Amino acid sequence: MLLLTCPCCGVSAEETEFHPGGEAHLKRSGPGSDDAAFRDYLFARKNPRGVHFERWRHAFGCGKWFHAARCTATLEVFGTYAAQTAAPPAHVLEAIRARRPDWISEWEQDR
Amino acid sequence: MKRYSAFAIAREALRHHAGWERAWASPEPRAQYDVVIVGAGGHGLATAYYLAKNHGITNVAVLEKGWLGGGNTGRNTTIIRSNYLQDESAAIFEKSRTLYETLSQELNYNIMFSPRGVMMLAQTEHELRAWKRTAHANRLASIQSRMVTPDEVRKIVKVINIDGPRYPVLGGLWQPRGGTARHDAVAWGYARAASDLGVHIIQNCAVTGVDRDATGVTGVQTGKGPIRCNRLCLVVAGSSGVLAEMAGFRLPVESLALQALVSEPIKPVLDCVVMANTVHGYISQSDKGELVIGGGADGFNNYTQRGSFQHVEETVRALVETFPLISRLKMLRQWGGIVDMTGDRSPIIGPAPVPGIFLNCGWGTGGFKAIPGSGWATAEMLADGAPRALAAPFSLERFAEGRMIDESVAAAVAH
Repeated sequence: MLLLTCPCCGVSAEETEFHPGGEAHLKRSGPGSDDAAFRDYLFARKNPRGVHFERWRHAFGCGKWFHAARCTATLEVFGTYAAQTAAPPAHVLEAIRARRPDWISEWEQDR
Repeated sequence: MKRYSAFAIAREALRHHAGWERAWASPEPRAQYDVVIVGAGGHGLATAYYLAKNHGITNVAVLEKGWLGGGNTGRNTTIIRSNYLQDESAAIFEKSRTLYETLSQELNYNIMFSPRGVMMLAQTEHELRAWKRTAHANRLASIQSRMVTPDEVRKIVKVINIDGPRYPVLGGLWQPRGGTARHDAVAWGYARAASDLGVHIIQNCAVTGVDRDATGVTGVQTGKGPIRCNRLCLVVAGSSGVLAEMAGFRLPVESLALQALVSEPIKPVLDCVVMANTVHGYISQSDKGELVIGGGADGFNNYTQRGSFQHVEETVRALVETFPLISRLKMLRQWGGIVDMTGDRSPIIGPAPVPGIFLNCGWGTGGFKAIPGSGWATAEMLADGAPRALAAPFSLERFAEGRMIDESVAAAVAH
């Protein structure tokens, strides 16, 4: 049972109060993009065994979408943050690094 | 290989069972194989067996990070059926079911195939219409299945409560030659038969990297050293994303936990498989007498091989209405497996983006029933270097082409 904290209303609750929404930070590719980019946007997923960023909705609460950083191998939740961002915020990346020193972050390489 | 038979049992009984040999060999890996198959579950072992048997390719290794049949092959609810909606699915699942009919004889290993019938309940008007459509599609695809009325459901499934009130049974899709088999025995039988034909089955040998050059795949790095190969086949179900990452590409697959549970053993009450799609529950009785209950999948990526508790509660709560007798049963065990879900809930069988790598994944919640047909079709692909008719529709390219094989609304499990 996951325990998540909604960053929008601040409520901490069990996963039954939330609804998962798949991988976060997808780069959107529209009708003008090439076929491979559009296919990847629609279907290709990271599906890592370890640190994963994903979308959740506080379905039986405030109803807002937010993002969570979570380990798919242990179900540990590193943190949650608002959905209005293109990349995970620094405090979430720090929280992950504190627990997973070997983790290779694609986000820091981007900067 | 010494054949198993009634005579063999009598012979061994007279000499203190000292003459039984190991079912399969455990060789050290060679440096080079024609084909390396990653994953010694049912699909991987069946692929190896049919490669050797149908195509004469025996320089084959099956690499397994744990023990053979220890993944989803040993974690499913052992249901076999082929009443799928789409023609492509019907073809490969019916091929599979047909092979199951004679698999014990073929492998000289009792897989306990029990064609006891599969009843898929219609508990909403929409489901009733969907099953009618499937019944018509099945008839066109020469699959024996038909719609039955609530009264017939009650005659076939004696312990069912069809009156609701929340989930009244409005009808059912009945496949009389569907059923169950002993899931471990399927893996063991294929392993024994493949090993006898010269295939190397190497357990406790995790793949840690995929070697490739400009022309394609050249081999794999493993816990037992590097192994070179001409063709590499990834048959690793829930770990497909991890292996794809090693090989340098992404798949339209996400790994989720699907769980099941069994009750304490009771006297025979249920002599067919019943699937209740609307409530995410499917139930059958094992030969030991346990009621085997399959539940819903979690909605988020998960590699832990255990599911969330609320799905157990939801499944059992809903099934209690349809099967009131289970309200008094204790549940003994609960476990999870990691299923590899695709967007259209159909598998991927085909060449990967890297030349020399072939994929067999994406079976999601319905892989066990497909083991023989999947192995058959994948062996054809590995032998020829390209898929034949059975596997061709399930290529990875279908996602780019928008050529989905949509079983997400037609599968027995509501996703």
